[in-house]
Amino acid sequence: MIAIDERGYYGEFGGAFIPEMLYANIEELRRLYVKVMEEPAFQSEFRQLLRDYVGRPSPLYLAERLSEHYNAAIYLKREDLNHTGAHKINNTVGQILLAKRLGKTRIIAETGAGQHGVATATVCALMGIECIVYMGAVDIKRQAPNVSRMRMLGAEVRPATSGSQTLKDATNEAIRDWINNPEDTHYIIGSVVGPHPYPDMVARFQSVISEEMRWQLKEHTGRENPDAIIACVGGGSNAAGAYYHYLNEEDVRLIAVEAAGHGIHSGESAATSVLGTKGIIHGSRTLLMQTEDGQIIEPYSLSAGLDYPGIGPLHAHLIASGRAEAVSITDDEALASAYFLSRKEGIIPALETAHAFAALDKVSFQADDVVVICLSGRGDKDLDTYIRHFGRFM
Amino acid sequence: MNRLDKLFSKKTKDILNIYFTAGHPGLNDTGRIILALEKAGADLIELGMPYSDPLADGPAIQQSGQQALKNGMTLPLLFEQVEAVRKKSEIPLVLMGYFNQVMQYGEQRFFDRCVEVGIDGLILPDLPLYEYEQHFRPMVEKAGLGISFLITPQTPEERIRKVDELSRGFVYMVASSSITGAKGHITDKQLAYFDRVNRMKLDNPRLIGFGISSHETFATACRYANGAIIGSAFIRALAEAEDVEEATVDFVRSIRGVNVSASGAIKK
Repeated sequence: MIAIDERGYYGEFGGAFIPEMLYANIEELRRLYVKVMEEPAFQSEFRQLLRDYVGRPSPLYLAERLSEHYNAAIYLKREDLNHTGAHKINNTVGQILLAKRLGKTRIIAETGAGQHGVATATVCALMGIECIVYMGAVDIKRQAPNVSRMRMLGAEVRPATSGSQTLKDATNEAIRDWINNPEDTHYIIGSVVGPHPYPDMVARFQSVISEEMRWQLKEHTGRENPDAIIACVGGGSNAAGAYYHYLNEEDVRLIAVEAAGHGIHSGESAATSVLGTKGIIHGSRTLLMQTEDGQIIEPYSLSAGLDYPGIGPLHAHLIASGRAEAVSITDDEALASAYFLSRKEGIIPALETAHAFAALDKVSFQADDVVVICLSGRGDKDLDTYIRHFGRFM
Repeated sequence: MNRLDKLFSKKTKDILNIYFTAGHPGLNDTGRIILALEKAGADLIELGMPYSDPLADGPAIQQSGQQALKNGMTLPLLFEQVEAVRKKSEIPLVLMGYFNQVMQYGEQRFFDRCVEVGIDGLILPDLPLYEYEQHFRPMVEKAGLGISFLITPQTPEERIRKVDELSRGFVYMVASSSITGAKGHITDKQLAYFDRVNRMKLDNPRLIGFGISSHETFATACRYANGAIIGSAFIRALAEAEDVEEATVDFVRSIRGVNVSASGAIKK
């Protein structure tokens, strides 16, 4: 049975390793998050926004040409069609409603690829709340269109200039901001990482993905359970949402796809399940890339959204317990897969999502297996990167 | 009785605890700075284990940690440096760091090594009270190590009592809702918080830290607690120093309110 306990542990992973300065905020969230989320008024407002503003349910699309190529029935869960272009908005809609109920008047967020930053800036504009997004200085350069989007939406984008200047460091800066502003501020974490209750709260908000998959698969195939679900994992929020209602359905294979960068053992990788050991990052006991001395290693992936040295504690537990299979995909494999999907199905995926598609070449299926890939985001933001590599793949 | 208990049994006012990061500014400055602090009249030293991702720390301490790591600082080396300086110094030493480092070293092995080299207490700001009580309290108490947990202006009274129960040595009072290195004066709101905690009559002595940077703020903090902790301001002084021993002595004198003469006033 995969479940979280009251201290926020999935097996031996999770918990809340936070300095006392964050205790009051985290404790408030821990006490209230389930209660607030289960209130009928909250649910109806959340559901209505998901439907009318985000555009849910997102389609479940049978990709016929891809299915033919891989000799399996491949369905795409089209999170790329959500407002703002990725699954991230499911969580930010939920958290902004929660923040309002907690009386918070200022929102902070971290972002890697910029999708979570855009999704946060969007809901803050919608609610008329001040928004500050921390983003690694390196990511600001490689995800320029999303930086402009956030600014257009009225958010302030603050560069994180410490460490590797990517997602890990943006998260550090956001946490420091929260320590400095404990009373009026809510921190909208974008993935299933961080101290309890964040991993569970974000997974619950994202669980709408697998909730829809169940009835959509039933309509398409006559049964609710697929044979496998494939999703990319940086922190792991789209994967958590796509797995959520299937966690305890043992007949459903869960396949988590990590970024191997230039190769798992190249020294430039973000394949946490292989390279990671047990430790603490951003308040959570999980698997992370670190030195023997416990210093966190700066990860690498061409994809800003997967460039994270840890993994959500749920995923650490799923992988360590053997419930989920981990697959690692290099930059080049992901790029090749992005061009392939574009030509095969007319869908340009986000670079993060392209990793999930590349896993189709690494995993074997039975003929006629039903496979769902969480198409977590669209590729507009990665166009510059794709254009740079045209020569090699087209 | 360890050095921490000894200190608090003979001194209850104006205790000056100075923080610095081991291996900064130079890899081998750790021992020299400890000796200079002791000579200059600091009562207690909080020695930072440099960490790649210090969540609760502001820019000054972050940068000192990055520099120390770049210099080649590691936990085993830090222990060796402390072991060496212990032969010449009796000042109480408290080790401060993030829990992941302890976890990777091995908790029991870490506590044993601390005792072996002459560390007197620990500050592990991201080790939750619950985890400590469930898993590590017997190890730390059996080793005879002190341990200080933090309270902040937001910490409820009941939890302050719990912190007091679990802490050994002193309770670390975080002066304001902030990361380390916040500057400026002490507000009335902070004074009200100091006063509120004062009236709770805790079992442990209290030291106030975060935002204490000058003679004035140190003196104010000392009116409301047994002493105070200074970190970022000292780190900044060290980062700019040509001679770390001189800079250390000058800094302590400036905090104590002794007139600082031209650098080099106190020399061996």
